[in-house]
Formats: sequence, structure tokens, C-alpha cells
Amino acid sequence: MIIHDFECVIGIEVHAQLKTKTKLFCSCPTTFEAGDNENTCPVCMGMPGVLPVFNKEVLNFAIKTGLALNCELDSASVFARKNYFYPDLPKGYQISQYEKPICKEGYVDIVLADGEHKRIRIERAHLEEDAGKSTHHGNYSLVNYNRSSMPLLEIVSGPDMRSPAEAAAYVKSLRSILQFIEVCDGNLEEGSMRADCNISIRKQGDTGLGTKVELKNLNSFRFIEKALTFEFERQVDAAMSGETIIQETRLYDKDKNKTYSMRSKEDAHDYRYFPEPDVLTLTFEEALVDKIKKDLPELPLATAKRFVSDYGIPEYDAVVLTQSKALALYYESAIADTKNAKAVSNWIMTELLRELNDAKKSIEESPISAKQLAKMVELVDAGTISGKMAKDVFAEMWKTSKDPEQIIDEKGMKQVSDEDALLKIIEEVKAANPKQLEEFKSGKDKLFGFFVGQCMKASKGQANPSVLNKLLKANL
Amino acid sequence: MNLETAKISEIVNSVQSNKISAAEVMQFFLQRARQWQDKTNAIITFNPEAEAQAAKLDAAIAKGEQVGPLAGIPVVVKDLLCTKNLKTTAGSKILDNFVPPYSSTVVERLENAGAIVLGKANLDEFAMGSSNETSYYGNVKNPWSLEHVPGGSSGGSAAAAAARMAPLAIGTDTGGSIRQPASFCNVVGLKPTYGRVSRYGIVAYASSLDQAGPMANYIEDVALALEVIGGKDPRDMTSANQAVPQFSNIQKEVKGLKIGLPKEYFGEALSSEVRSICEESIAKLKSAGAEFVDVEIPHLDYTIATYYIIATSEASSNLARYDGVRYGHRSEDAKTLEDLYCNTRAEGFGEEVKRRIMLGTYSLSSGYYDAYYLKACKVRRLLQNDFLKAFEKVDLLLSPVTTSAAFKVGERISDPLEMYLNDIYTTSTNLAGLPGMSVPAGFSSAGLPIGVQLTAPHFAEDRLFQVGKVIQDMQNVADRRPQ
Amino acid sequence: MIDKDKVLHIAKLARLHLNEQEASQYAKQLSDVLGYIDKLNQADTQGVEPMVTASPIETVYRADEPKMDLGVEEKIKNAPETSGHLIKVPPVVS
Repeated sequence: MIIHDFECVIGIEVHAQLKTKTKLFCSCPTTFEAGDNENTCPVCMGMPGVLPVFNKEVLNFAIKTGLALNCELDSASVFARKNYFYPDLPKGYQISQYEKPICKEGYVDIVLADGEHKRIRIERAHLEEDAGKSTHHGNYSLVNYNRSSMPLLEIVSGPDMRSPAEAAAYVKSLRSILQFIEVCDGNLEEGSMRADCNISIRKQGDTGLGTKVELKNLNSFRFIEKALTFEFERQVDAAMSGETIIQETRLYDKDKNKTYSMRSKEDAHDYRYFPEPDVLTLTFEEALVDKIKKDLPELPLATAKRFVSDYGIPEYDAVVLTQSKALALYYESAIADTKNAKAVSNWIMTELLRELNDAKKSIEESPISAKQLAKMVELVDAGTISGKMAKDVFAEMWKTSKDPEQIIDEKGMKQVSDEDALLKIIEEVKAANPKQLEEFKSGKDKLFGFFVGQCMKASKGQANPSVLNKLLKANL
Repeated sequence: MNLETAKISEIVNSVQSNKISAAEVMQFFLQRARQWQDKTNAIITFNPEAEAQAAKLDAAIAKGEQVGPLAGIPVVVKDLLCTKNLKTTAGSKILDNFVPPYSSTVVERLENAGAIVLGKANLDEFAMGSSNETSYYGNVKNPWSLEHVPGGSSGGSAAAAAARMAPLAIGTDTGGSIRQPASFCNVVGLKPTYGRVSRYGIVAYASSLDQAGPMANYIEDVALALEVIGGKDPRDMTSANQAVPQFSNIQKEVKGLKIGLPKEYFGEALSSEVRSICEESIAKLKSAGAEFVDVEIPHLDYTIATYYIIATSEASSNLARYDGVRYGHRSEDAKTLEDLYCNTRAEGFGEEVKRRIMLGTYSLSSGYYDAYYLKACKVRRLLQNDFLKAFEKVDLLLSPVTTSAAFKVGERISDPLEMYLNDIYTTSTNLAGLPGMSVPAGFSSAGLPIGVQLTAPHFAEDRLFQVGKVIQDMQNVADRRPQ
Repeated sequence: MIDKDKVLHIAKLARLHLNEQEASQYAKQLSDVLGYIDKLNQADTQGVEPMVTASPIETVYRADEPKMDLGVEEKIKNAPETSGHLIKVPPVVS
């Protein structure tokens, strides 16, 4: 994407919350629903003398992710303390990997809407604990530590994306990978996955990097794309009018579709990182990596490729259908019941995903089961209902979760293909419209459509359109 | 049985066999503690439940229940160790009102073994000091001479053990905080190997150096206490998965044992009185069949510089949590968040603590990290290598604990650097992660105690007890009590 | 080697309010101490790996099994100010 000879350079830091049962450094549960400060203990509240103890499952998840992102794994990664004061940071420091992260130098391959493939580099992925949450109420703030010490994997991409659409595609791909390997829910709205985007601009053809601006608070794919688009344009405008772009963090205001500067901190940060003496070097045996590698499930892109070769659907469709593991499973379970893989894909891509999106539902919550969708496709293919009727049946299935056959029965929606029955209707329509028949016969061909419509109406929409057409042609 | 000189095992046996009740033991020590408290200020908080807990133990014994190896033993615990539902201050105003909802592992293990917390010992604020003059709760006086310091930072624990306010005390040692006051007060003080004893629930000063350990009148008691408090704790990643041997079964012979004398410890700074007491111990150990070998710790000269960078860097971070948000002191003058932090911490921390936070913040800050913190971590390795090399030749080391006996109250407090230099012989043990022990070995002409220091390889505390016992038996000062 | 301005900067990082007199005093004392510490420069540390943990301790991890011992009241009972079960502080955003 180019504006006035400028291209944008985007790199993204994704914080993925690992869905372990307990926190990173203490045994508190990670359940989402809990009373205020209920999921806490002296450790995640930073009380005197208590100590962090590393959760083994986090190591498994980090290795799994590292493998899925084609990273190099460090079998001796190190935690450090990042020191700063904030009420939701109970110890006055965050335990985070700094100089020696567990994963580095990997990549994610993404497929863009135009079918282009692109490789996005992963610079590193490191483990860190989350902070608590403060809410602001004018002259005071309230702090809840339920989220304190939740395990996060921060995945840092290279500055490899050149358009807001690529950025969104990357975050989507990353999310589907994390969901496929079952390490993260990937819910942007609930914050179990957060994407901070760094964007800078440069003249087309330049190779250096401009001053980057960090965008935070982007809790949907749409906002990622919109905020980056706004920011790209803002930076180009600034550059065109000779302003300097300052390095800063900006937040996205979704109502105004604008980014705005976060109040700049009084003094520059000096986090005083140093190795965390309470947590020993994170070590593991090669055998653990081998075991995890062996159990690694098929990843989204591989699944998409399989869909293309096995079911003959277009690659882009396959990429959309592998956005999440649940969706891929839905698709596969639907096509187990019908041969028309392409039709199922079309129904999912055009109708089902739109409805789910509008209703803010996940595929797991779909009122139409994969079996039901497959059945509906079969009914169309068998000529039982027309494509047009299928849309009505689909709408009814969405509303009621009923089987398509039941809906067809209840509404008497069966398609009529029987020639005798249709001929009878045609004769009735002819008899009722002598004037139009006369005009048609005298050469007004356009009236053919009128007769199709009248016959359809008379059949309550159930006439099989192709049979009807054929008969009308012969009998007018 | 004379409770003033009885060893812990004797008291426990008597309690278990109903010769004396735990309640009577507690009464004896509580009475002594109250007497000496007025003179020494060794205790910050007495445990109001102590007598009730002793009675409960008696009831259990009466019912024939199994009791632990420290049944009925009153213990004074440094007020750096959290005690569930009993105020824990770290000697600081900032924790003046803090009542932990949890106990440190050390306290839990002591209690499970039947010990009863008599009180919480005074200390230098956050264990930062070598004279017990930085406590918010007033300085502790040396029971042997009230004009002298008891040493620090475990000064309250040392004074309590010396004055027999309890037969067992627990201290912590980051750069000598158990061994130096033990030496100043005529008690045995052990700093275990880093990782031998869990740090869970002990207010952190410098995480990579801190280690809790027992202080008592007799080697046997210290060995027994280590058996109880030592061993892997799932709540502390830095506690080692090492078997805890039966330390109280002390090997009697020292014949053939090779003891190293690190020559850098016997330099010009050493006072003649301390030197002669070390020599006396060496002579006696020789007569018992030990062999002495000269060794070198060439990087000893860097130990103070290295220690103060590492300890204060870690401390500056460890003490960030005292911010007036979740517990402890909160400034009333706090309308903004910045005020809350800056005023709470300015009001809550004493001068020495602030000084160390400043030094540590500085050495970690941008532009100075490499020259200070990182450099110190490298020198630390060199220093440890010196020790490991020495241990290729010898089984353990013998050295002085301090250059001289206890100094006077107020004498050094105004000059921080001079105070820091006191720790020259003790800090390297912590930097190298080794176990070290101060054993009472004699008295100065002014009647002040002087100990000698033994240092062993990682996890070889048994050698400290083996050699310490010979010194204890031959120097014959363990039964002496201040009047 | 460490002046009052530097002391005040460090104090700000450490969130310690210092008055003028304290700042001057710390400037002098810290200069003394750092002057002494500069002897570290004489140590030859070329090629030496920095050391953090000085004991041979094998890493043991925790199993991913939830456990909670304390009720919420116990955990917030030491807080200077609360609202319900939340901790109350002066405004974070002013």
C-alpha cells in the first residue's frame, strides 16, 4: 500500500495469554470469572518474602508455540526483572524474559486476499507475567490483582508488513496457529490476545526505518486495520507538511476512528532490567521438545493446503476456513455428510460467518450444526429445494436450530418438479392472463419473465425453476 | 536439668518424658527474656500465644501423641521471617502494622517440629546493617556489655541466644548477618549453603545472598535446628533438592582433616586479639590431629565492593513493593499517585535503607549497569572460583569473622563506608554461596566475645559441625552467660 | 562523582522523596562509597561469565494444579484503603 510515494512499515507485538490452569508463578486459578481479588495469593499480590515458582505447563506451551512458529528454542532462557512503579504491578517489577528469551528467529507464512503468500519473521517470543487491572474513578482508582501473574507469551514480529491489511492477516494467522495448538483462546475483545502495532513510514525504495509509533488498545481485527490506516495517513500528512513524527504510544479511539497520543510520561523509562534471582534459568531436555513435536497437531496453513488438494476449494477460502480450529472442524464435519465441499464452503463464507459475526457468536455457538448445513446443501443438490428457498431455510435454521427437512415440511416448502403439476399451473396462468399471452405471442418476448414470475407465485415459490422454464418455453 | 546450660536435645527429652512440662520450659525462658529485654531490646514483639501453645503441646504429650524433635523449645525468630497472624515488621516503620496471613517455611518447619515462637527478634531495618543500630524499634545492646553493639543485622537473635532468652534463635545472613553478631555475642551462628534453607516467607533483602540459619549456644543445637529447617521447599525455586543428612550426629574425629588458612584473611587489618584467638583454635585443632594448609583467595580485596553492588541492586528491586498500596505504612500526605509512592517510602524507610536503595538503583540504572552490576556479577564468579580452587586442596577453611570484637554503640554509624568495610571477612561466603559458621572461641581483654569462622564447600555443613565441635569442647566458652 | 542532581534523579527512579539536605548528604556518602567500589575496575573480568546463583541448584517446576489457601478477606486485610474487595489508591490518571 502506497500513499504519495510513502510505504508503511509495520511490526507487531502480540501478547498471548497462555491458557494454563494456574498462573505463571503461583497456583492461583486463571478462571475468567472470579470475584474482585479472589484469584490472588500472597505471591501474585507481592507480599513480603513470598517467592515465584515457575509453572511447568507454561514451559510446554512455550515450546509448542516456538515449534509452531518455526523458532529456535533456547534450552537455557533467563527471566529478568523489569522495574517500574504502578499500582497494578504488585512487586514494583514485572518478571519477564529480556536478554535470553525462550524462542527466537522464527516465521509465520500468511496468505493475503489476492492469493499472494508472504513470510513474516518472528524476532522472538518471550515469557512474562501480566499485571493486575486498575479502574479509574475520578479522584481515586481501584486495583484488582486477579490478572496479576497470568502467563503471557509476547511474540514480536519483524518489521515485515507493508499494509494494514497484511498486519491484520498476520494477527489472524498467528491467532489461528495459537488456537490450533491450543495454547491461547485468541480472544482480542476479552484481552486473552493483545496486539500492539508499531508503524513507521518511509519513501518507497528506502531501506532504513523511520520513527515508529506504537498503537495500543486494538481489540479487534477491524480496529487493527482501521487504526493502522488512520495512522499511516496521519504520518504521511505529517511528513508532507514537514512535521517530524515523534516516537510515542498512541491509542485508538474507535468511535472517532482516530489515534491519539497517550499522555507522555514525565521522564523516559529506565526499567533497570537485571536477572531475576528468585527464578532459576529455565532449562529443559531435548527429549521434551521431541515429545511435544511429535504431538504437535496439523497447523492451519497445512490444513488449508489439504482442504485445497482434497476438496478442491480455492486457497483463500481454505485459509478463511482454517482461521480457527473450531471452524476447520466444523467444515470437515459438514463435508463428511455431503460431497459438495465447495457449496458448504460458500455457505460458511458468505452466510454463516456473516451471521456469526453480526451476532458476535463463535462457531462453537452456531445455532446451525455442521450436520444441518450439510443436509441443506444435499437438499439443494437433490433438487428438493431451490437455491433461493435454501436462503429462507437457512434463515429459519439460524433462528430455530431446526433441521432443514423439518422446516421444509412445516412450511410446505418442497420444490415441485413434477411436469404434470407444473403444466397444470401453466395452463391456469395462461387462462388468467389472456392479454399478456396475446402480446407475448405477437412478439413481446420480454413477457416471458412475467409468466415465470406468475407461475412461481402460483406454485408458492416451490416450482423447480429449470423445469418450469423448459415447460413454459414449450407451452406458451 | 539446668535450663541455662541444657542442650536442646536434653530439654526435648525431658519434655517428652514428662520430667518437665513445655509450659514450665516456656515460663522459665519467658521470665529470662523479659528480664533481658529491658537491658538489650532484643525483641520487637512477644508472641502472646506462646504459653497457650506450650500448654497445648503438653496436652498432646499427655494424650500420648507423637511430638517432634524440637518439642517445647522456645525459639526467638528474627522479625524478618513472616509469622502467620503475628506482626512482622522487618525492623521498619513501613511494615509497622503488617500481620502476614502466612508463615515462612522456616517458621512452619520449626512449629511442625514442636518449637514455639517466643518472640520476634529485633534487627537492622530490612537486615541492612552490621550493628543493629538501624532498627525503627531502637538499637539492640550487647548483653556482654550494654555499651557495645551486638552486631547485625541479626543482633536481636544473637543477643537473645547469648542471654539465653531462648535456647534457639533464627537469624538471616546476607553478608555476615548471622556470623558477625554470633561472634560478638558468644553464640554459634550458622549461615547454611545458599539453597539449603527455604527463603519462602522471609522478607527479602538480597535474594541471591539471603539465607536463614540457626543461632544457639551449642553446635549440637545448631546442627539439630538445621536438620529441621533445611531441605527442598516447593515454594522456593532456589531451595536445593539436596538430601538433609543427620547433622546432629556429629563426627567426632578431626584427625587427617585438611583445614585451609586463607592468608588474605590474616592481613594487617586483623586485630591482635582476634588473631591470637584464631591461633589458639588452630593450635588446639592441630593437637587434635587436623592438618593446616595455607590457601589463597586472591579476589578477597573485591568482596566488599562486589557485595555492596549486588546486594543493594537486588534490594532496590526487592523493596519496590513497599509502596503503600496493598499493606504497610501509607503516607497521609498522598493526593496523587506520585505522592503516595514518594512520601510513603520517604516516611517509611530509614536512612540506611534509603541509602542502599539509592546505591542499588544507581548501579542498575541506564549507563551504569555494565560498570557496576554486571561487573560485580563477573567478579563474583572469580571470587567463587578462588574458593572452589582452595577446596580442591582442603576440606574447609578457618578464618576470623571480624577484624575485632564488638565496637561501641554509635562509634561507626555516622560513616557508612567504614561500617561496610566491617564485613570484609563474611561477605565472600555469601557471594560464593558457601556455608559458614561462627564458633565461640574466646574473649577479649575487655571481656567481649570473639568467634572464629569456618567455611565449607557447598552443602558440606557437616564439616563445620565436626570442626566446630572440637573448638567448642577445647575452648570451653559455650557455657558462659552474660550477667 | 555523583552530584546532587544525579541523586535527585536516582531518588525519583526509586520513588523516594528527598529534601535538599538529604540529597546533599547522600551525594557525599554515595560518592565515597562509589569511589571505593571503583576498585572493581582493577579486576580482570575478560571472558568471565557473570554469576547470579552461586549454588548448584537443580531447577524444579511446579505442576499446573490450582490451589488457593486464603479467603479474599485475609488477602486484603493489610491494605490501608479498600472499596469492597478492591484496593483503593489515589488517582492513577489525573
